[in-house]
Amino acid sequence: MTDKSMTPDEVVGQLHSGMTIGIGGWGSRRKPMALVRALLRSGITDLTVISYGGPDVGLLAAAGRIRRLVAPFATLDSIPLEPHFRAARERAAFTLTEYDEAMFMWGLHAAANRLPFLPVRAGLGSDVMRVNPELRTVTSPYDDGEELVAVPALRMDAALVHLNRADCLGNAQYLGPDPYFDDLFCEAADAAYVSCEQLVETAELAKAGPPQSLLVSRHSVTGVVETPNGAHFTSCVPDYDRDEAFQKLYAATPWDEFSARFLSGAGEHDYQLAVRTWHEEQQ
Amino acid sequence: MTTTDTTAPRTVSRAEYCVIACAEAWRDNGEVLASPMGLIPSFGARLAKRTFSPDLLLTDGEAMLVGLDGTAEGWLPYRRHLTMVTGGRRHVMMGASQIDRFGNQNISCIGDWERPARQLLGVRGAPVNTLNNPVSYWVPKHSKRVFVERVDMVSGVGYDRAEAAGVTRFHRLPRVVSDLGVFDFAGPGHVMRLASLHPGVTVEDVLAATGFEPAITGEVPFTREPTAGELRLIREVIDPKGLRDREVRV
Repeated sequence: MTDKSMTPDEVVGQLHSGMTIGIGGWGSRRKPMALVRALLRSGITDLTVISYGGPDVGLLAAAGRIRRLVAPFATLDSIPLEPHFRAARERAAFTLTEYDEAMFMWGLHAAANRLPFLPVRAGLGSDVMRVNPELRTVTSPYDDGEELVAVPALRMDAALVHLNRADCLGNAQYLGPDPYFDDLFCEAADAAYVSCEQLVETAELAKAGPPQSLLVSRHSVTGVVETPNGAHFTSCVPDYDRDEAFQKLYAATPWDEFSARFLSGAGEHDYQLAVRTWHEEQQ
Repeated sequence: MTTTDTTAPRTVSRAEYCVIACAEAWRDNGEVLASPMGLIPSFGARLAKRTFSPDLLLTDGEAMLVGLDGTAEGWLPYRRHLTMVTGGRRHVMMGASQIDRFGNQNISCIGDWERPARQLLGVRGAPVNTLNNPVSYWVPKHSKRVFVERVDMVSGVGYDRAEAAGVTRFHRLPRVVSDLGVFDFAGPGHVMRLASLHPGVTVEDVLAATGFEPAITGEVPFTREPTAGELRLIREVIDPKGLRDREVRV
């Protein structure tokens, strides 16, 4: 069977400018940040990003890598407004496709099921229809005759997700309380890359959690990356909570300064070291 | 909504009236998820569950349905939460950066959407919420900046827009609670109506802080007094640290 393990830079080596990239997690929770940081180290730009947005969106927007964003929000959770997303929007730095949370979910379902769209009772009457004039509606063919929004499939070239455990075949497991939509992201993409806290033998997965914790299956995964603390500074429970102090720093520091100190190294190891050093200075 | 309760202390704070007003939103809701966004609505939902609406479902703010003591009784990750929304077994109390007379609400951005003066959260789940389950609103600081003639980006759908788009089937906005009073949409043509004033507030105060003229019918009652038991629950059990007075300072 195929060993799919690779490094973050190898993942990014398979991506290129202009792609549509889906990013799993939710807000400032279990974001594949090590893979996002690898993207930032590359020259890849002009991206269409599909995300329940958190600092993944903020970082890529601040670095000018996003051409179009598809999202229902961007937030840091404990800090409600994502400052770099805000700043980028306020200077009209990218095109936004602003969907409702449920529309977004059904767009993922449609893509994962190879459907062109799925009907939803959401969006109608709101300005989501005004700012997305390409959206179409469908009329129920049954007796109710209800008009619904036909959310187009959110098909993507590549998906990036982060889970707690995985094997080198691409089976991946979440051990926290919420799967978010990571399995759908993987199934909705032509290529999916799973980073994980710990790469384990397949037999270890069933010991770590119940069967339903095996969220992502290998047939929908292209590459697996072991990146301990790879969701930092977002949460990856039960392995770790959000690094609130560091998130505050991220939100309060001018981008150039933050980027120079934490993101200018040659790899993920340099980032983790810079974070450790910063924490030690705070003691 | 006025009741006289001679056992209640006379020094009920504005924040406590707000908790009572929020709690009342979930009265007679039955076995639905109470989704409170913000501190005072959370206290209101807990008060309602502890007293007159014991069947309410609550979450831990993450992925679990929990009892008042935190005991998990169910699993509610985001994808199932969205089913709860579209299934209608939920009554959410959301915030509003802007709201108009028909209950159109905005949490997305201020100014021109193409290049906003202030980018906020994004529409989040407001469009799906308003078309599928009852949606109430909580505004901790009632002002003309929030209660506006026209919202910049309709996130939550108000009555006029729901009617124009033909999506009234499950659309219902029970109430808006602010630090000044309680509003419903029982005005002519579903316009916002001043339903009650928190004690200490006048109709003039509300008009001065509202960017449109809400419907006012006859003598406006005061928001009801908490009972002695409710006040004890708020002060000793639900919010012993007095966080409510930080959200509403009067």
